[in-house]
Amino acid sequence: MTTLTPTKEILPPPSERFTVLGWMKKNLFGSIGDTILTLVSGAFLVWMFYNLIIWIFAKAQWAVVTDNLQLFMKGQYPAFADWRLWLLIWLLAVISGMGWGIFVKRAEMVSWVLLAVPVVLAIWVYSLGRTSWWILLMVDVIAVVSYFLGKRYPHKLARLTYLLMLLYMPLVILVVRGFGEDGFMKYVPTNLWGGLLLSLMLAIFAIFFSFPIGVLLALGRQSKLPALKTLSILYIELIRGVPLITLLFMGQLMLPLFLPDVSIDRVIRAVVAMIMFAAAYMAENVRGGLQSIPRGQYEAADAIGLSGFQKMVFIILPQALRAVIPVLVGQFIGLFKDTSLVYLVGLLDLLGIARGVLANPNYIGRQLEVFAFIALIYWVFSYGMSYASRRLESSLGVGER
Amino acid sequence: MTFKKSDHAAVPFWRDERYLQIIVQVIVVAAVAVAGYWLVRNLLTGLEDLGIPLSFRFLGIEAQFDIGETLIDYSRTSTYARALLVGILNTIRVSFLGIIFATLFGVIVGIARLSKNWLVSTIAAIYVEALRNIPLLVLLVFLSITVFQKLPLVKNALTLWGWAFLTNRGIYIVWPQPAGGWDVYKWFLLGSFIIGLIVAIVKYREGMRTGRMPLYWLWGFVVFSVLAAIAWLVLQLVAEPPLYLDFPSLQGRNFKGGKSLTPEFMALFTGLVIYTSAFIAEVVRAGIQAVSKGQREAATALGLTGFQTMRLVIFPQAMRVIIPPLTSQYLNLTKNSSLAIAVGYPDLFAVGSTIINQAGRSVEIILIMMGVYLTFSLLTSLFMNWYNKHTRLVER
Repeated sequence: MTTLTPTKEILPPPSERFTVLGWMKKNLFGSIGDTILTLVSGAFLVWMFYNLIIWIFAKAQWAVVTDNLQLFMKGQYPAFADWRLWLLIWLLAVISGMGWGIFVKRAEMVSWVLLAVPVVLAIWVYSLGRTSWWILLMVDVIAVVSYFLGKRYPHKLARLTYLLMLLYMPLVILVVRGFGEDGFMKYVPTNLWGGLLLSLMLAIFAIFFSFPIGVLLALGRQSKLPALKTLSILYIELIRGVPLITLLFMGQLMLPLFLPDVSIDRVIRAVVAMIMFAAAYMAENVRGGLQSIPRGQYEAADAIGLSGFQKMVFIILPQALRAVIPVLVGQFIGLFKDTSLVYLVGLLDLLGIARGVLANPNYIGRQLEVFAFIALIYWVFSYGMSYASRRLESSLGVGER
Repeated sequence: MTFKKSDHAAVPFWRDERYLQIIVQVIVVAAVAVAGYWLVRNLLTGLEDLGIPLSFRFLGIEAQFDIGETLIDYSRTSTYARALLVGILNTIRVSFLGIIFATLFGVIVGIARLSKNWLVSTIAAIYVEALRNIPLLVLLVFLSITVFQKLPLVKNALTLWGWAFLTNRGIYIVWPQPAGGWDVYKWFLLGSFIIGLIVAIVKYREGMRTGRMPLYWLWGFVVFSVLAAIAWLVLQLVAEPPLYLDFPSLQGRNFKGGKSLTPEFMALFTGLVIYTSAFIAEVVRAGIQAVSKGQREAATALGLTGFQTMRLVIFPQAMRVIIPPLTSQYLNLTKNSSLAIAVGYPDLFAVGSTIINQAGRSVEIILIMMGVYLTFSLLTSLFMNWYNKHTRLVER
C-alpha cells in the first residue's frame, strides 16, 4: 500500500505571497496603459491633497467656525436647557454601548472609530478653551461601561435595550421640546431650535411620525379593497412625483389656510410637510418589505385560522418591518440631508445658520471655511450612520432571513 | 344526509366579509371626503376673506418682472402665464442637459470604481462617497458663492486658449454659427441622416437573420458622418462653408459672440451633474456587479475579447438591473432642479415663487407647479417603463 502513495510530499499550489512590489505590479503597473493611468491619477491625488492640507492648516481662518460653534450646533436653543441635549447624547451612548455589548460582543474597527470621535471633539473643544470637554469624554466612559454591562448581562439587559431603542425617538422629541411653563423641563419654543439640532430634530420628527402613516399606506396599497388601494396609490404617487420644496412651500403658505383656527409656527409647518413627504417614501419601503414575505407565511396564517387583522399584526408585519430596517436607516440619512431645504423657507437649520453667519460683516470672505465645516458635519453624520448600520447589519444579520 | 339551504344559519351581515369590505371602504372614502371637503372649504373661505378668491384669471395679467435667461421671447409686459412657460422651459433645459451629462460622468465613474487599477478605483470611490453624503443644496450654494461668483472680472477673464472664457458674469464658449451654406447644407444633413438610418436598419435586419449581429449603430453613424463630411467639403469648395466657429471676444465691457452661459445656470448644472453622477455611478457599478461571474468566464472561454464581452454579454444583462434605479435618478434630478432658486436660476419654481411674492397667488401657483412636476415625473417614468419593457428578459 505504501508504494502507491508518492514518496514525495504533495506540495500545495504555490500561493501568491503578499509583497508590496508584487501588489503594486498587479494593481498599479499591470500594463503600459495602467501605468500611465496610475501616474496621472497619482499626480492628481497628490496635488489635491497637498493643496487641501495647505489650505486647512495654513490658509483657512477657522475663527468663523470656532466663534459661532454654539450657533452651528443648536441655534438659539437656550443655555438653561443644554443639559437636556447632553443627557440625550449620553443616553444614546448607553443604548449604543449596551447594544454593542449584547448583540455584537466583540470590538471591531468601527467601534474604535466611533469611540475616537468624542475624544477628538473633546481635544478640539479643550483647545478652544471651553469647559464642556469633559462632558464629551463622559460619552465614551458611559459607552464603554454600558458595553461591558451588556456583555456581562446580555439576557437581563436585552429587553431594556430594545425598550430604550424603541422609546429613544419619542423621548428625544419630548425632552428637547420640554413641557410646562416653568420647572426643570421648561418648554422651549420650536422657533428657538436651530443649527444641527434643528436639522436632526426635523429628520427625527419626519421618520418617527411618518412610520405609522407609511405602514398604513403600504397596507392600503397591498389591499384587495379597490377604494383603499386607489386612495393609497394616489397619495403615494402624488407626493413622490413632486419635489420636496413644493411641499415645504405648501406647508408654509397653505397650511394656515387649511387650518385657520390653529396657530402653527413655521417649524411645525415644515415638520408637517416633511412628514407628508416621508410617509410616501416610507410606504414604498414598507411595501418592499411586505413583498419580501413568502406566500407560505400568508397561507400558514390562514391555515391556523387567524383573522386578516391577526395575520397582519402577528405574522406579516413583524417580519416585513424587520426586513426593512436597513432601508429605513437609508431613508433617515436621506431625510437628514433633505432637511437642508428648510433653509429655503427661511428656517435656521445648519445651512440657514451658515448663511446667517456669512452675512455678518466680521466674517466676510469666509465662505470656504463655513461651507467646508457644514459639509463635513453633514458628511460625518450621513456616512457614519450608513457605515455603522452596514457593519451592524452584517454582524447581526438584520434584514436577512 | 343531505344539506338543505335552510340548514345553514344565515351569516348576519355584520360578519359577512363581503359586506364588511364594502362598509370599510365606504367609511374610509367618506372620512377622506369629509376631511378633504372641510380643508378645502377652510381654504376657499380663507382666501375669500383675504380678498384673493381662487381663480386662474391672474395668469393673463402683465408680469412686470424681468427673468435673467429665457429660451423664448419674454419681457416685463408679458403675462404671468408666459413667465411660467419660461420657467418650465428653463427647467426642461437644465434637466435635459443635466441628465445627459450626469449619465456620461456616472457611467465613467461607475466603471472606474470597478477598475483593476487600485488608484483609479480609489479616486472613484472617494468621489462617490464624498458626494453622496452631503446635501445637494449645500453643494449648490457652495458652487454658486465660492466658485462661479468668484471667477475673475470680465477684463481679466480666465481663458482656455481662446476657446472659452470664464468670468464672474458668465462663461463664454466657442460655438458654431450658421453661415451662407447652411440653408443648403441642412438638407444634405437630413439626407445623410436618413441614409445612415437605412444602413443601420439593413444591418440590424441582417444581424437578426444571420444571428451575427454587426455593430449596426456604428455602421449607421459612420455612413452618416462620411456623407455629411463629403457634403461639407463639396460645399466648401464650390460655394461657402455651412457653419463657421464663432469665437467669443471682448468687445467693450463684455464678451460678444460664441455661446454664453450664466453663472446661475452653470452652478445649478454643475451641481446637479456631479451630485447625480455619484448616484448613477453606484447604480452602474451595482448593475455590472450583478451579472454573475460565470457569464464573464463563459464569454472568455468562448474566446470573446474584453470589449466583446462587455458589449455582448455583460452590458445587456447589466442594463436590466440598471434601468429601474436609473429612472428614479433621472426623476430625482428633474425634481432637484427645483433647488435652482438657491442659486438664482429662473426655473419653474423660482419664477413661481416670484409670482407668489408679487401677486400673492400662492395656492394657484403651488397647484400649477405640482401639476407640472407631476407631468414631468409621469412622462419620464412612462418613457423609461417603455424602454424597460423593450430590454426586459424574455422569460421562458
